[in-house]
Amino acid sequence: MTVGLVLASHSRDLADGLAQLAAQMAAGVAIVDAGGTDDGGIGTSFERIAEAVAEADSGDGVVVLCDLGSAVMTAELVVETLDDEARLRVRLVDAPFVEGAVVAAVEAAQGSSLDVVARAAEDAWRAGVPAADGADPAPGAGGAVDAPVEAPARAEPAPNGPRATVVLSNPEGLHARPASLLVKTAAAFDAATTVNGADARSLLGVMALGARQGSALEIASSGPDAERAVSALVELIESGFGE
Amino acid sequence: MALDAAWAADWARAAAASIAEHREELIDLDRAIGDGDHGENMARGFDAVLAKIDAGEFANPAEVLKTVATTLISTVGGAAGPLYGTAFLKGSMAVAGREELDADGVAAFVEAARDGVVARGKAAEGDKTMVDAWAPAATAARASAEAGDGAAAALRAAASAAAQGSDATIPLVARKGRASYLGERSAGHRDPGSRSTAYLLEAAATTAEARS
Repeated sequence: MTVGLVLASHSRDLADGLAQLAAQMAAGVAIVDAGGTDDGGIGTSFERIAEAVAEADSGDGVVVLCDLGSAVMTAELVVETLDDEARLRVRLVDAPFVEGAVVAAVEAAQGSSLDVVARAAEDAWRAGVPAADGADPAPGAGGAVDAPVEAPARAEPAPNGPRATVVLSNPEGLHARPASLLVKTAAAFDAATTVNGADARSLLGVMALGARQGSALEIASSGPDAERAVSALVELIESGFGE
Repeated sequence: MALDAAWAADWARAAAASIAEHREELIDLDRAIGDGDHGENMARGFDAVLAKIDAGEFANPAEVLKTVATTLISTVGGAAGPLYGTAFLKGSMAVAGREELDADGVAAFVEAARDGVVARGKAAEGDKTMVDAWAPAATAARASAEAGDGAAAALRAAASAAAQGSDATIPLVARKGRASYLGERSAGHRDPGSRSTAYLLEAAATTAEARS
């Protein structure tokens, strides 16, 4: 099994829709929506969130994402009322609701540990959203008003490692599905790999490149598996991601 | 008569009646600078409290207050659920096991409730939240206890301070909660949570005075 996700929202539709969106890129991950009050109204429910945490926990842990203030407070109460053993497996993260859920789902689908999935969700504040027309990446539109606004996460460049440049052929550019494939491929190797300077393991970092059909992608890597990582990514991109 | 479990149950009933009576006002206050659900949510929560109190048996005030807490957490549905839930839960823990509340017990309850709300909502005085009612209430209750007042007088001091604290939220610009998204436009409106806090403490004082 994998780390599970709980989406605690004021709205049943919002949590349900986000669960569907995140599940598209993360087959096999338990993504449980906990939106709205017990009678389906706007608000948060202690019972619904508590039940969702229990349902999402397969033993590998649960990351809980929240939309606005009272969802956070109610989720805190849920976590505080868990027994000591269960509480260790639950992380309430401060992450942008949509971007954090998508990144956490992809990270969980790769079999990553609870800490890694939680960190991926929280790093989504810095990864920005996919930028259109070279615009500056905006911060996630979540609840934390004072969230840091920073450039997309940059991985260490590999000055002397293998590198290759390929041209993206996909008509729709590097959208969610190919970006997810690229991240999964890069993550399979023991290597620190970048795509145009963005960490190839960061879904939002890769999507934030805003690469379009015809864009040149420079793959650089370092580490024990660097050569294989570069050639696998070149092959993936040249194949058009199977599209 | 002392502030025992029966008083705590009386308080919960009076609080439910006051919230029901002021439901529309709380809705209007929240509609001006929030999402408009405070009156509805509080009325739903205290309806459930009323049913729990009438169905239960309680050995001491803390048991009543803990029941109020868990019921509000489960039924309110908005920010007031975890906030009042935490207030009553922490307050009940501060007076756990006491058969009756004297002035020191009243002060301990209100102080712990204030600390719980501050910890849960991460708001400070002046942020235009219910902290602006709880904080002066706690200070006033403690001062009253230290001056040698009785329990009912300590609750009256807390209730008066909460009402004044709520009045003082009107000119403030909200820095926490949904109203903070409005920025400067939140000034000129009373914070709904501070108003409901004042009503709850008023009910506590009134029921205590009826017993003294």
